[in-house]
Amino acid sequence: MSEASLYFLQQLINGLTIGSTYALIAIGYTMVYGIIGMINFAHGEIYMIGSYISFIVIAGLLGMGMVALPVILIIALVIAVFIASTYGWAVERVAYRPLRGSNRLIPLISAIGMSIFLQNYVVLAQGSRDVALAPQISGSWTFGDPQLFEVSLSYMQLIIWAVTLVCMTALTLFISRSRMGRACRACSEDQGMTNLLGIDTNRTIAMTFIIGAALAAVAGLLLGLYYGVVNPFVGFIAGLKAFTAAVLGGIGSIPGAMLGGLILGVTEALTSAYFPSEYKDVVSFGLLILILLFRPSGLLGKPEVEKV
Amino acid sequence: MLQINNVNTHYGPIQALHDVSLEVKKGEIVTLIGANGAGKTTLMMTICGDPQATSGEILFDGKPISGMPTAQIMRQGLAIVPEGRRVFARLTVQENLHMGAYFRTKAEYEETLEEVLLLFPRLRERINQRAGTMSGGEQQMLAIGRAMMSKPRMILLDEPSLGLAPIIIQQIFQIIQKLRDDGVTIFLVEQNANQALKIADRGYVLENGRVVLSGSGADLLDDENVRKAYLGG
Repeated sequence: MSEASLYFLQQLINGLTIGSTYALIAIGYTMVYGIIGMINFAHGEIYMIGSYISFIVIAGLLGMGMVALPVILIIALVIAVFIASTYGWAVERVAYRPLRGSNRLIPLISAIGMSIFLQNYVVLAQGSRDVALAPQISGSWTFGDPQLFEVSLSYMQLIIWAVTLVCMTALTLFISRSRMGRACRACSEDQGMTNLLGIDTNRTIAMTFIIGAALAAVAGLLLGLYYGVVNPFVGFIAGLKAFTAAVLGGIGSIPGAMLGGLILGVTEALTSAYFPSEYKDVVSFGLLILILLFRPSGLLGKPEVEKV
Repeated sequence: MLQINNVNTHYGPIQALHDVSLEVKKGEIVTLIGANGAGKTTLMMTICGDPQATSGEILFDGKPISGMPTAQIMRQGLAIVPEGRRVFARLTVQENLHMGAYFRTKAEYEETLEEVLLLFPRLRERINQRAGTMSGGEQQMLAIGRAMMSKPRMILLDEPSLGLAPIIIQQIFQIIQKLRDDGVTIFLVEQNANQALKIADRGYVLENGRVVLSGSGADLLDDENVRKAYLGG
């Protein structure tokens, strides 16, 4: 392979890695939108909190002298998912449920308030500076021509791909096969009717917030380990990117969020590889504008169907 | 079985039901007829707790259900075939039926599924098809089947004949009678007063949110005013 194609391959690998985590966060946006038709603006902060919690747990366990890294990571994952899910549940309970049935703009504002609150709460509790964690997973698998360009696929990247794949598969099975997944889909189509079948739709809605938050926490752990730093403001930009990914793929569609995340990640990686990297946001948001112009329902979104 | 005592319902400042009282006894088919906008659907939905009655009392099997949240009311042995069918268009026929049996065990679900599919062979043919791709008549059958899936003691049907071809309407009315023969109590809201009164044991006439007339199905069919207003003379 030529140098150019090896370089391209490397960018593709990097892009798919970031894209996977965007996809994980985007699911939370798309599921909540699918079920209540509103954007959860506090979702990025849930991701940030997930990142912080995993840092704290990992640093704590290392400090206590634990050495088995897989065990540490699994404990961190479980705790981060659990606590972030609680936050996700609380966001629904505080910012959405009391306002159900009111004008759609009102919960939007309360969610933005929730986002500001969570961000500042973490600033107060953890400080506003970057918190760093030494790389835990080093090593990589390299291939290509050492004379021209060596492509490296780090173990951390492989882990991100694998974990994302497992999460997506589990989620897809849950939504398509399980009883609660079916209720979720029914609820996103006709909440009132689902209620008329005796199902407490408030619980179904709370569950989508919890699932979204859990996946955001997974992304928080993965990206935290990948970059090695976190600060209270990472949620804003990651949230914005994941939201873009969800809209790109078609908001409300779960496969759409997955695809949108990957496309956005790859677009960013390729843009920063071939152009000055400041342009990457210009290109990714430009892509969003193009999609919205020519396919407003997103790549895999369902166009609004008129009910007969 | 179902007792409605002096129920008033408001949509904001607008009063949709005025002091409505009626009763459906176990094993009966009772129909509620009335013109568009008379409040028939409102009464149906008020029974389900959405909207809640502003005053008055609704008893199901002697137990007050007014004031309960909708989801809880619908777990008391009551099921609804709502206006406009409201099947889940993107779910398959089987998934729609499964939703109706949400709180039942797998064995109970499978048993009732077989009963429903025997009653509606069309649904068996389309079991893995998305509900939204079916014809109106098939969707209506699915909506009835979904209501049957919870093994309710009573089914509320809101305009099941609306927008369907005459031959399908015949089938739907036969099925309603069959359901009653199987022991399910039926409360039927219809604009198709002629058909509804023919199969009903008793009927009520609703006008501007008030019950203005009641009697046996046959009596109402013969009633001068009912004939003029709802049966075309």
